[in-house]
Amino acid sequence: MSMFWTIWISVITLGSIIGTYLLLRWNLTNYTGHPEGESMDHEFDGIVEINNPLPRWWTILFYITIIWSFFYLALYPGLGAFEGFLGWRSSNQNIQSIEESVQARADAKQEGLIVQYDRELDYAAEKFDPIFEAYSQIPVEELAKNEEAVKVGQRLFMQNCSQCHGSDARGNAGFPNLTDNDWLYGGTGDKIKETLTNGRQAAMPAWIDAMGEQGIQETVAYVLSLSGREMSENHEALASAGQQRFMVCAACHGMDGKGNQMLGAPNLTDNIWLYGGSERAITETLTHGRNGVMPSFKKTLGDNKIHVVASYVYSLSH
Amino acid sequence: MSEISQAKPDYNYKVVRQFTIMTIIWGIVGMSLGVFIAAQLFAPALNFDIPWLTYSRLRPLHTNAVIFAFGGCALFATSYYIVQRTCQVRLFSDKLAAFTFWGWQAVIVAAVATLPFGITTSKEYAELEWPIDILIALVWVAYIINFFGTLVIRRVSHIYVANWFLGAFMLTVAVLHIGNSMALPVSFFKSYSIYAGAVDAMMQWWYGHNAVGFFLTAGFLGMMYYFVPKQAGRPVYSYRLSVVHFWALISLYIWAGPHHLHYTALPDWTQSLGMVMSVILFVPSWGGMINGIMTLSGAWHKLRTDPVLRFLIVSLSFYGMSTFEGPMMAIKTVNALSHYTDWTVGHVHSGALGWVAMVSIGSVYHLIPHLFGQQSMYSTKLVNVHFWFATIGVVLYIVAMWMSGVLQGLMWRAVNADGTLTYSFVESLEASKPFYVVRFVGGLFVVTGMLIMAYNTYKTVRAPKGSLVAEPAGQAA
Repeated sequence: MSMFWTIWISVITLGSIIGTYLLLRWNLTNYTGHPEGESMDHEFDGIVEINNPLPRWWTILFYITIIWSFFYLALYPGLGAFEGFLGWRSSNQNIQSIEESVQARADAKQEGLIVQYDRELDYAAEKFDPIFEAYSQIPVEELAKNEEAVKVGQRLFMQNCSQCHGSDARGNAGFPNLTDNDWLYGGTGDKIKETLTNGRQAAMPAWIDAMGEQGIQETVAYVLSLSGREMSENHEALASAGQQRFMVCAACHGMDGKGNQMLGAPNLTDNIWLYGGSERAITETLTHGRNGVMPSFKKTLGDNKIHVVASYVYSLSH
Repeated sequence: MSEISQAKPDYNYKVVRQFTIMTIIWGIVGMSLGVFIAAQLFAPALNFDIPWLTYSRLRPLHTNAVIFAFGGCALFATSYYIVQRTCQVRLFSDKLAAFTFWGWQAVIVAAVATLPFGITTSKEYAELEWPIDILIALVWVAYIINFFGTLVIRRVSHIYVANWFLGAFMLTVAVLHIGNSMALPVSFFKSYSIYAGAVDAMMQWWYGHNAVGFFLTAGFLGMMYYFVPKQAGRPVYSYRLSVVHFWALISLYIWAGPHHLHYTALPDWTQSLGMVMSVILFVPSWGGMINGIMTLSGAWHKLRTDPVLRFLIVSLSFYGMSTFEGPMMAIKTVNALSHYTDWTVGHVHSGALGWVAMVSIGSVYHLIPHLFGQQSMYSTKLVNVHFWFATIGVVLYIVAMWMSGVLQGLMWRAVNADGTLTYSFVESLEASKPFYVVRFVGGLFVVTGMLIMAYNTYKTVRAPKGSLVAEPAGQAA
């Protein structure tokens, strides 16, 4: 902020407060020419006004707030670029990434500034980090048997994961159920941690251009048959044609359709469906493709908390 | 003849009558909408899966209806009445008066015709789209010309304090409305604000808080300064107090907006200034309450027999309470607990229902007999019944929202020994549910009172002129 604006802000701020003070002082004296407690001698539609003095307690209250305002504006930021004698600020401003935030925290510490946000982070780190540090020493599979740790993991899950996976972790259309021990990318402790840390990006391509509507229908019939189900009509003919077409699908989902956890390609034989298992939903998936995104929680939660969340998730199916 | 006409000039009561009746009608509409959406908060199925009955679309209609339709009509009615009576002269222009009445009704109807269909700027309390904004500006300028024109041609030497407040309210609302509503239209029903980011937020709350400060406070203080001494038959307590609190109030209020944006991307210095000015503002705000309540000194016994005076005095008590609560909530540490919770909703309604609605209702009960050639309302008893319905309703509403709000604030910040949040959001919502039912019941009380008022008014207006005589113990206004 330029000097001009700082002066501009300071002058109108202090001017308003001092103006209010002068107004108060002026009205403490009886300048009206009418004795105190008597009428002001104007009448408006039968209403008259008395020249009573200002209530004393009210005047004192006014003084107190005015004096307080000067102290506050001296100690805290308020008058433009003047930062106040306390060196207090709510946060490091103009931050646009977590990296910048980390750097700004270090800088503020060196300058001896009181940054409210940093203080709260420091306080939380000091108090809570050791708990998670201790948990991180225990392997996920073992920690999943520790009731306390699982509870902590569940709370973190509620705040960070339940928005997509549901508060019971049973998922939703497009968001996997985490309780059924059916894993897209693997269900070991390490694999769950890997998913949480780096996120996942799944891509099922759209096949409508390559296969045409007829081809899609045939493939859907075959996919249905993998989990022992049938097309609503003309199943046999469609499914056998679809088996030929499945060759391209097998690249990811495997010849037997049991999927591939290296690629996050779902098992198509277990009748568990991420985007819905109806004929219509599978047709939709094949026609337009699907793009599943699991975000990375490395920056927001950090390694130790991810470890605890992973043990909660692991505990759900073990 | 000249002396008689000087004592009783030929006032334009037609426009006052029109606005007074519409005050009651829009009051019922706006408050009923509030009750309906209050019910949706604990019984969401009440939106019947119809888009234009959803909470999100009816809530702005509710706020616009109560603030600008109910409150606005009350301000138009009383200001036109007060300025004529205290200047001893007919309105500057009858044509402009008629234009403001029909123009303002057109604005309200346009709001009803757009907001439920999702046509909105999405700026709180300034949701109406640009063509309606332009109409508002035109009506408002006509209002200002008419009001100040009447002041210019006044037949008394001084300008009464009520008119200071009314004048300040009109001028500032014009500046606020035009400043905040600046937008680039892209079609007849859609525009984009010319402000962006934190500046947009600051402009919005500069407007938003001063809609409270000038529309709902200064304007209604003007109303108070006429109807309280008039109904009590007592002189105004202190002229010098009115001088200090008027100038201090209008110069400090305009700064208070940033307290709506504590702990946001708004720069620290702006937040601090908003908080400092809000805290000082507490004192001049109370100046108005003191002057109103002390005006009653020597006439307290009238409260026992006059329910209209009761409305006015209780409104001042709620005014005092919410102008203490407001500066307190503007303090950052308190705001950290109260912000985004139902406490804010309770605070707004202790101002809107306790102060604005009660002082308007009291003033309208004073006005109606004067406007329709009667000495009193059809039934003073019903006025009293209305008073109790309104008071119980407001208290239920405010207390429910205080409890719900503080509970939410505490639940949201509660952390476990491991630093994780103790409650998920939905748990706090569940905890609030019983209070939402209480709030709904409070709202029902308020609306019932308004329906009683409508009936009483209908009977008063329809009665033969001069047939309703003041009851022996009643007020002689």
